[in-house]
Amino acid sequence: MASDAIRDVQKAFGATSVIHGVDISIRDGEFVVLVGPSGCGKSTLLRMIAGLENITAGEIRIGDRVVNNLPPKERDVAMVFQNYALYPHMTVAANMAFSMKLRGAPQSEIDERVNRAAAILGLSQLLGRFPRQLSGGQRQRVAMGRAIVRDPRVFLFDEPLSNLDAKLRVQMRTEIKELHQRLKTTTIYVTHDQIEAMTMADKIVVMHDGRVEQIGAPLELYDRPDNLFVAGFIGSPAMNMIKGHIRINGTANFEGPAGVTFSLASAGSGNDGRPAVYGVRPEHFSLADDGAEAEVQVIEPTGSELQVVAKLGGEEIIAVFRERHQFKPGERIRLKPDPRLVHLFDETTGKRLTN
Amino acid sequence: MAIAFEQAGTKRVMRDATAWERLKTNREWLSLWFMLPAAAFLILFLAYPLGLGIWLSFTDPRIGRSGVFIGLENYEWLWGDATFRLAVFNTVLYTAVASVIKFAVGLYLALLLNEKLPFKAILRALVLVPFIVPTVLSAIAFWWLFDPQFSIISWSLKKMGLITANIDFLGDIWNARWSVIFANIWRGVPFVAITLLAGLQTVSPSLYEAATIDGATPWQRFRFITYPLLTPIIAVVMTFSVLFTFTDFQLIWVMTRGGPVNATHLMATLSYQRAILGGQLGEGAAISTAMIPFLLAAILVSWFGLQRRKWQQGESND
Repeated sequence: MASDAIRDVQKAFGATSVIHGVDISIRDGEFVVLVGPSGCGKSTLLRMIAGLENITAGEIRIGDRVVNNLPPKERDVAMVFQNYALYPHMTVAANMAFSMKLRGAPQSEIDERVNRAAAILGLSQLLGRFPRQLSGGQRQRVAMGRAIVRDPRVFLFDEPLSNLDAKLRVQMRTEIKELHQRLKTTTIYVTHDQIEAMTMADKIVVMHDGRVEQIGAPLELYDRPDNLFVAGFIGSPAMNMIKGHIRINGTANFEGPAGVTFSLASAGSGNDGRPAVYGVRPEHFSLADDGAEAEVQVIEPTGSELQVVAKLGGEEIIAVFRERHQFKPGERIRLKPDPRLVHLFDETTGKRLTN
Repeated sequence: MAIAFEQAGTKRVMRDATAWERLKTNREWLSLWFMLPAAAFLILFLAYPLGLGIWLSFTDPRIGRSGVFIGLENYEWLWGDATFRLAVFNTVLYTAVASVIKFAVGLYLALLLNEKLPFKAILRALVLVPFIVPTVLSAIAFWWLFDPQFSIISWSLKKMGLITANIDFLGDIWNARWSVIFANIWRGVPFVAITLLAGLQTVSPSLYEAATIDGATPWQRFRFITYPLLTPIIAVVMTFSVLFTFTDFQLIWVMTRGGPVNATHLMATLSYQRAILGGQLGEGAAISTAMIPFLLAAILVSWFGLQRRKWQQGESND
């Protein structure tokens, strides 16, 4: 286990720069999720930590050692690959024992550790099988077992659940989180799925185009996104964004398109007339007589909640209700966002305006 | 409760399908029909000549005169024939040395070409050149390279002052053997290298990454990942390589005709010499037939020893 630091790390393939200076510090035992759309550099960053890609500039520390120039095996990290990368010609037991065998560990110690890891992951019955004879979820567990046996300072996961079906993915998500709570090994987990990030992480690092957009605890990111990218990326259904202007006229208001006006809790002095983006999460709408008029387009009941797609001031928005309303397409409803829970962003820089 | 079907009055009376109709539609019979053309082809051009060759080896025909059955007489005669024994020795030596070196060099080239290299595509194409050149042409080229008077190898070594007289490549017994083995290796390496390269490219790069993180050195990655994953293809390639080498004819015939003093006679060349040039069809057939046990042994070794591994068998092929 180790605290890690990533300082101003950059990566370039030839003249193409893909990571432009990333700073992340990770506490000992923390579960950190790197999340972002594909091509944002998260996997490259993970591979740099593992030692599979070299570091163009900056510094990566694991514990108190700078590992920039250490080969992977000396970094004491274990990695779980997206396609599992199990050795097809070795049994489950041999797959898990491989790293210890290379180190020349005594057979009794190997057996003990493999059996313990197998017991943790429920693989004890499968130790004699070959990877081909396993299901996707079992292979995933073997890949984790291979990492656990090593007892490394850091676990690295590279989109480990992408190859599983939806139901198994949810189940494995819980398993990985439980495993982390049990082993308390520092973990860096890469995914493009914000739900995985939200549910598993102690700390989320949102990346976009080779830069860190925001670092924080899941709910912090959800409640106070720093910028439009994070606001739109975290949360499902996504936050509604409405373009318009701030008007301070005794009270602070937001003027949207087609004369739609929302009241603001605060807008900061001197922001009168400033073009801004008004963000409101679907679940922060409520029905109120003094709300803005919207026309219902589509109703999507999921059982636990009701998603309503509506046209508000000409823009399509989504509202989510816990109650079971009986709306009809074409019906006009009045929606009122909770002014304490809305977000304001600068229209040009995308930065958060209110606090 | 009763369920009643009303019988349509006009419905045709059911009748049993005739045997012919069943033959036309039954799946198993259908697959037999589809196999017949291929089977006929194989029987006509492979099984029949092979059978005829084996039959001829038990008879004593000469060119222009059909023979009579003489049992194992041809084999008994060959058993006591020093030239035949020498040919067997030559063939085994030729096959063993050439195959081992072809495998080693081929594997080395395949590993090299699988790395990131500049001009990789051109290098890969170049490796194939010896394979593309017709055997007879390359044999003639080697014949000149090994010429007693005009050999460029002797000439270069003399110019460098390493030797004083020309090397008699094809005139000395062991020189001739090593020379033809060298030519065979030169010709056979591309097949091994390119096929093994194809095998190497099926190994997922993430396995090497996983092994690297597991702490494997380059040698350990080869020993524990590459080599075991490559064994099935090695088995196939080396079986073919051994079969081709064991039955080699063109190279020897063009370069030495089996000389000097039969030192490079292989079973195939000896068979040709005795049967076609010497007219002893039965004896030639017996020499050819004597190759079969060696070839079968090579196939069985690869089939049982290497080809199908337990880890390759399994359910899905995701």
